[in-house]
Amino acid sequence: MPDVQAQVNDFVVKLQKRKIEGSKATAKLTAELLRSVISQQRIPHGSNQAGVIIEAVRGVGEQLIRANPVELAVGNIVRRVLHIIREEDLSLTTATIGGLSVSAASDDEDELERGDHPALSAAAVAAASRSTLRPPSLQTLLEDVPHSAAVPHTYSSGGDSEGKSKSTDKNSRTRKLKHNIIETVNELIQDINTCHEQIAEQAVEHIHQNEVILTLGSSTTVIEFLCAAKEKKRSFRVFVAEGAPRYQGHILAKELVARGLQTTIITDSAVFAMISRVNMVIVGAHAVMANGSVIAPVGLNMVALAAQRHAVPFVVLAGIHKLCPLYPHNPEVLLNELKSPSELLDFGEFSDCMDFGTGSGSPLLHVVNPAFDYVPPKLVSLFITDTGGHNPSYMYRLIADYYSADDLVIQRRPSS
Amino acid sequence: MDPTRRISRVIDPKIRHVGFFAPQSQPGPSESPVMIPLPDITRAIQVPVGDFYHRRSDYDVVRVGSYDPSDSMSSRNGDGEFSEDSGIWKLPMSLPSNGLDKLAARNFPFGAKKSPHDEKGDSPAQMSMKSVLNPSKEKTTKAERRALQEAQRAAKAAGKVSKAERKMSSAAATGKEASVQIGEVVKNSRQKKDVLMASFEKTIGNRPPEKDRKKDVPPSRMQFDDKSRVDKAKKHSVVKQVEARNRVDYFMHLPQYERGTQHPDLETKFFQLNHIHPAVYKVGLQYLAGDITGGNSRCIAMLKAFQKAIEDYSAPLERTVNRDLIAKINSYVSFLIECRPLSVSMGNAIRFLKAHVTKLPPEITVSEAKASISSNIDRFITEKIVLADRTIVKHAVKKIRDGDVLLTYGSSSVVEMILLQAHELGIRFRVVVVDSRPKLEGQALIRRLVRNGVSCTYTHINAISYIMHEITRVFLGAASVLSNGTVYSRVGTASVAMVAHELRVPVMICCEAYKFHERVQLDSICCNELGDPRAITMVPGEVDIQYLDDSVKNNGLQHLNLLYDATPSDYISVIITDYGMIPASSVPVILREYGGEYLFT
Repeated sequence: MPDVQAQVNDFVVKLQKRKIEGSKATAKLTAELLRSVISQQRIPHGSNQAGVIIEAVRGVGEQLIRANPVELAVGNIVRRVLHIIREEDLSLTTATIGGLSVSAASDDEDELERGDHPALSAAAVAAASRSTLRPPSLQTLLEDVPHSAAVPHTYSSGGDSEGKSKSTDKNSRTRKLKHNIIETVNELIQDINTCHEQIAEQAVEHIHQNEVILTLGSSTTVIEFLCAAKEKKRSFRVFVAEGAPRYQGHILAKELVARGLQTTIITDSAVFAMISRVNMVIVGAHAVMANGSVIAPVGLNMVALAAQRHAVPFVVLAGIHKLCPLYPHNPEVLLNELKSPSELLDFGEFSDCMDFGTGSGSPLLHVVNPAFDYVPPKLVSLFITDTGGHNPSYMYRLIADYYSADDLVIQRRPSS
Repeated sequence: MDPTRRISRVIDPKIRHVGFFAPQSQPGPSESPVMIPLPDITRAIQVPVGDFYHRRSDYDVVRVGSYDPSDSMSSRNGDGEFSEDSGIWKLPMSLPSNGLDKLAARNFPFGAKKSPHDEKGDSPAQMSMKSVLNPSKEKTTKAERRALQEAQRAAKAAGKVSKAERKMSSAAATGKEASVQIGEVVKNSRQKKDVLMASFEKTIGNRPPEKDRKKDVPPSRMQFDDKSRVDKAKKHSVVKQVEARNRVDYFMHLPQYERGTQHPDLETKFFQLNHIHPAVYKVGLQYLAGDITGGNSRCIAMLKAFQKAIEDYSAPLERTVNRDLIAKINSYVSFLIECRPLSVSMGNAIRFLKAHVTKLPPEITVSEAKASISSNIDRFITEKIVLADRTIVKHAVKKIRDGDVLLTYGSSSVVEMILLQAHELGIRFRVVVVDSRPKLEGQALIRRLVRNGVSCTYTHINAISYIMHEITRVFLGAASVLSNGTVYSRVGTASVAMVAHELRVPVMICCEAYKFHERVQLDSICCNELGDPRAITMVPGEVDIQYLDDSVKNNGLQHLNLLYDATPSDYISVIITDYGMIPASSVPVILREYGGEYLFT
């Protein structure tokens, strides 16, 4: 337990100091941290086991989110893990209720594979149960009435069903719950790792021959996407806006040229001039909100507006870890972050200007360097996630599949 | 009982008047949002805007945009010297067809169809008379008549100016005689024209005549994807430009050069080049190195250099002064174009200068010609640039209120003057300076503003959507305003205007009227200028990007350093010019009403 706490603290410090860049890396590290939190969590016998794990994860999650509230991927992953815990608990409970034969079979397999590599069947069962038992799904509403009826019952009274099961079963069930959860979290981590491969697979469906594509800044998802289309023998042209103040666009351009794409670097200011010759804008995102809007690297709102003016499709690539179940409120300010002015102005050069304000009390020169832009849903033409292409108006539903409604607010304890 | 009908009857005859027609009886309030005071700026400046309209008797040209010939004629010095202006007008054959075609179009808006080669025989003045008197021209439309009137009015103005000069330099009597004669002819023509006007009273056709339309088309620019022409141009060029390694396909029609490499070479050539005046050469090198930027300063530098060159000019024996001067100016201009493509402001200034030179009477002595040209250049600078700026500042400052947060992009000299003036007036406001790579001109601007005590915020163009929420007004400069209302300006201006438009922030373009151009443009691709592509590769900060410079050599990574972009007119709330504040749709009106002025003053 103490070493987990040390890990958590370490991660919190890193988040606070913004040492971890990129939502993918953050998501992965968060998931791994939560996995070790779960695995080291001591679970008491008897009463609400899932509740204990949920509380533990929630506690850690709260710390992490507070460390960097702008990095929405942290909150997303915490919520995903909480959702996984709930689902595993639920599936296990329904499995014990549904039939002893199933639970016995999976128990056997569980015993068999304890020492070896991760259990496939357990994962399969978990996935299957997840798909059938997801509470607000249309599928459950339509096809399986008894299940959906059973859901609230078991959900609220985990202790009841616990009491029904035999005491000899308890020990194995505890292990099994934890095991299943960790398995699914592993799956999640794998999903995060491979998400852009799945997104890239769809590239050929969206890019045609001789297309002209514009992108801004750098994103591994975008690189993979464009290169996947290139590998499928599509030849097209890419304009890369360099993406001030970090100029990651140069890295992207270098990468694309190395893979043989015809690439042109333009300044950010030339986006409006060039967009009239562009067929599609493809960009990465920082986070996708539930209303279909995008928190994106700074400058993309400008690009999206220009694209809308010229009726150019604005396509956002987003892995699942970027889907955030929250609705944004005043996102330009609340979900934004101001970076160091040194990225824009050389302190040494402008030290004389900085001094001017001291006489009058407040400085005369301010430097604003926001990190993110808010792109409203009306400017987005299409989201491409690893589950396929989606309209902005559908994002809320897609997101609802991955999170449970109970976890939307992580900081539930104001002062108690 | 029926006010609507009465009103409509009152309005009825006015419907045909297009443009800015202020009824004579109405004392236009000076705070009127759209105000086009005087064609003559010096007066507008001398007279404060407030009592502008009360001094009618002193400054007799007050009526705004009026076309009543009797008014415009009587308000100016009576004796027109129209033919003097254009009588000696001949088309130098050696011209590269750029400025002079336009000049021709300007000089004869009457629609004389003859090609310049044919018309050698008869003087343009006669021709114009013919065109006026010719009964076959019965079908002239309103536009044509207007062009005619305009030309005459401009001729008047020109006559006035040159007359004043004549007095100063105590000109020969012959010229005056001629002018009187011609004045009579013009008067005759005026009467004739009045008759014509009366007869045209009922013709409503607004189809412009073919000839006019043809002349309005500006000459095509050099297209750099035309191999043969480029090679031909290269043979004569002084500046050996290095072509960019990876040229961008979309911009094959524009010159794409790497800069900075040819400087030492040019410096050694300094003493070998006899046909280019050192002052011009120096200015050219400064353009090349990027030491002089900005439409106004480039234009002023060029004019000053020309002035110096003309002061040192010695006339050849066998040629007439003005033809030789035009040839000289052309060679200077082509050198400057080699250094950097001309800005619209420079193009207009050159047009003005050439028009003046061609207008010089043939019997004028070299020293007189020099004095006349020199004083005209000075006048152009003061009137069209310095005083125009002052008028713009005066207008724009009225739009700044306490508590405003203003935004500007890049570094525009007029906007800077506006901000400083507003600060001087004690208005409390804040300025957000938006900047972009690779020029980072905004940094110099904030330095100057902060030094003057203006509260500033600095950010880069990507943050425009973030910062725009707190902005109340956007002030932007422009390299040129085109006839369809498109603002041609530093690249990025369009993005700023777009975001401002999206968030309902008024966008004000500050641009002197001499930068207006009759060209039209819809996008930023067809006509633009490309900067040094290597400026893009030098990225500040991040070390891992730096080595990109090497990789450029090996593979096909292209860098595009676009210098200008075209802002669509619907993003623009108002254009502040020396003629007042106008909507973007009124640019062609300004061009038509005052366009001739560049040539005839």
